[in-house]
Amino acid sequence: MEQKKETLLEIHDLSVSFRMYDRGLKQKDLRVISDLHLTVYPGEIVAIAGSSGSGKSLLASAILGILPGNATVQGHLHYKGQELSEKRQQQLRGTEIALVPQSVAYFDPLLKVGEQADGHRNPRPTEKRKRIFKRLGLPDKTERLYPFQLSGGMARRVLVSTALITDAQLLIADEPTPGMSLEQALEALKMFREMANEGKAIILITHDIDLAFEFADRVAVFYAGTTVETAPASDFKTGPDALRHPYSKALWRALPQNGFQPIDGFQPYAGDLPTGCLFAPRCPYRTEDCMKKVPPVREIRGGEVRCYHGT
Amino acid sequence: MQETLRRLARIFVTYSIKIISLLLAVSIISFALVCASPVDPVQQYIMGLGTAVSPEQRAEIEDYWGVNEPPVERYFTWLSELLQGNMGESSIYRRPVADVIRERFFNSLALMLCAWTLAGVIGFVLGCIMGMYQDKWQDNILKKICYILSSVPTFWLGLVFLLIFSVWLKWFPIGFSSPIGITSDNVTIWQKIYHLILPAFTLSLLSFANIALHTRQKLVDVLNSEYVLFARARGEGKWTILRRHGLRNILIPALTLQFASFAELFGGSVLAENVFSYPGLGSTVSAAGLSCDVPLLLGITLFSALFVCVGNMIANLLYGIIDPQIREVGA
Repeated sequence: MEQKKETLLEIHDLSVSFRMYDRGLKQKDLRVISDLHLTVYPGEIVAIAGSSGSGKSLLASAILGILPGNATVQGHLHYKGQELSEKRQQQLRGTEIALVPQSVAYFDPLLKVGEQADGHRNPRPTEKRKRIFKRLGLPDKTERLYPFQLSGGMARRVLVSTALITDAQLLIADEPTPGMSLEQALEALKMFREMANEGKAIILITHDIDLAFEFADRVAVFYAGTTVETAPASDFKTGPDALRHPYSKALWRALPQNGFQPIDGFQPYAGDLPTGCLFAPRCPYRTEDCMKKVPPVREIRGGEVRCYHGT
Repeated sequence: MQETLRRLARIFVTYSIKIISLLLAVSIISFALVCASPVDPVQQYIMGLGTAVSPEQRAEIEDYWGVNEPPVERYFTWLSELLQGNMGESSIYRRPVADVIRERFFNSLALMLCAWTLAGVIGFVLGCIMGMYQDKWQDNILKKICYILSSVPTFWLGLVFLLIFSVWLKWFPIGFSSPIGITSDNVTIWQKIYHLILPAFTLSLLSFANIALHTRQKLVDVLNSEYVLFARARGEGKWTILRRHGLRNILIPALTLQFASFAELFGGSVLAENVFSYPGLGSTVSAAGLSCDVPLLLGITLFSALFVCVGNMIANLLYGIIDPQIREVGA
């Protein structure tokens, strides 16, 4: 085995639950992320791919420490080898770790775009921001507009610029490209790649699986709040035989260019998770063990898989 | 800039039309109500004279006043006089209604402006504090105080304040807008302010709890928004968020509320002025009502409708200036 590189971000057995009122005054925990494993190395782009409701965006909040008050977090987060405590998250937010949020709703509706992109820090990085705007194809007047005056694509690019403006080592991009034209999306991704080449790391949260295959170094497949498989992007291009987890294989086969075959069933609801492997109820290979206990993470052929039967 | 001015002018014109039609409606309704009421203006007038009046003389007065004409005709007579600036003569003050309103209004205006500013500032600041410390002890205590204050009637609170601050502590005068035994030319501005403090404070308590609770809720909404989440993700601290996003986004609803409270304020001033024997429009309207001074009552009714309307109009004009989502779209 090759010598282990120093990790930028390590997530072990991360679980996130929300305390909710069920019926009347009875409280109930909704587990939206369970036993999640993810390792991110400097210089790479890791894509997190999964269907909606699989907990992708909450993972971003958990890393940044900005989950709502009724959320509880269990497990370990390490950044540059050190435990990522609440205090450390506070220090690193916006400086070492930056977020590209999902939608226009993340803009303050009453603040001009230029000022928002610059951020709250003094001195304002106006010059740098102007360069980034230019590169992303945003006209000069953009900075004087209010968010409601932006088109969808412009808004996305401004959101991307808010992260590029920082010197963050780790960038979490939550669905950064929808609404952009192909060229704009490629430009944004090219900028991400340049950042990765400088030794930074990018977590690309997306449900656009093709995009994940093309641009990421590794792809983590998300299912019901956990990573079922993390594999080099090339495996996903090769096909289901190179993949390890039955869900990844099913996902591959469900793509339009690969046969467009869906599998039966639905992703389980966070309040009603199976006790064993989260995919077991839909899995063609399930055995007794799968239903009883969550399978451990195993390393197979340079990828990680959470399955008893993965090969 | 010119665009903005043109737009403001347009809003101003539409508003003026609205106000005029509203005033017409108010005048019709209040006139009809007075007609339907058992008040006999002739009887009031005669009582005011203090001398005996024979039935013949009385009939002459009735004839001269046109009391026996049909109501619609009387309304139009009144309206045409009103449009020429003649609001009639007050039967209790024996002076033109317009003069009485002018004089009393400035007393009331001072009182209401003080109360209004006080309520707005205190309410906004307290609302911000409650919002920032949502569900902590600061919030819980202030919230309870606000609930109590908004459920306590103003006149009762006024009496309690009089008892505590004027009777027991003797910090403030017991009533009126100036010291007793001094002619009005010799009253200094400080004496006037001194007499204003307690009524203004009482009156402000009427609306500040409301403003505080609304501001709190709005701030809580803002703090739960996605853009504040993103601001946190970028490392903005609690107070930076309040400064950069909070104040900006709660200012517009707060202003709406502040200007909408004109109506409440006017209603409250009736009670507060009576408790503190403050010679403003509020105490005058109750005096006019109690002694059946019809011209004065109608005059003040119309005037207060105008006053509240202007308050709302100012709020609407301010939106156009403050809110970029309205300003930029119109431009």
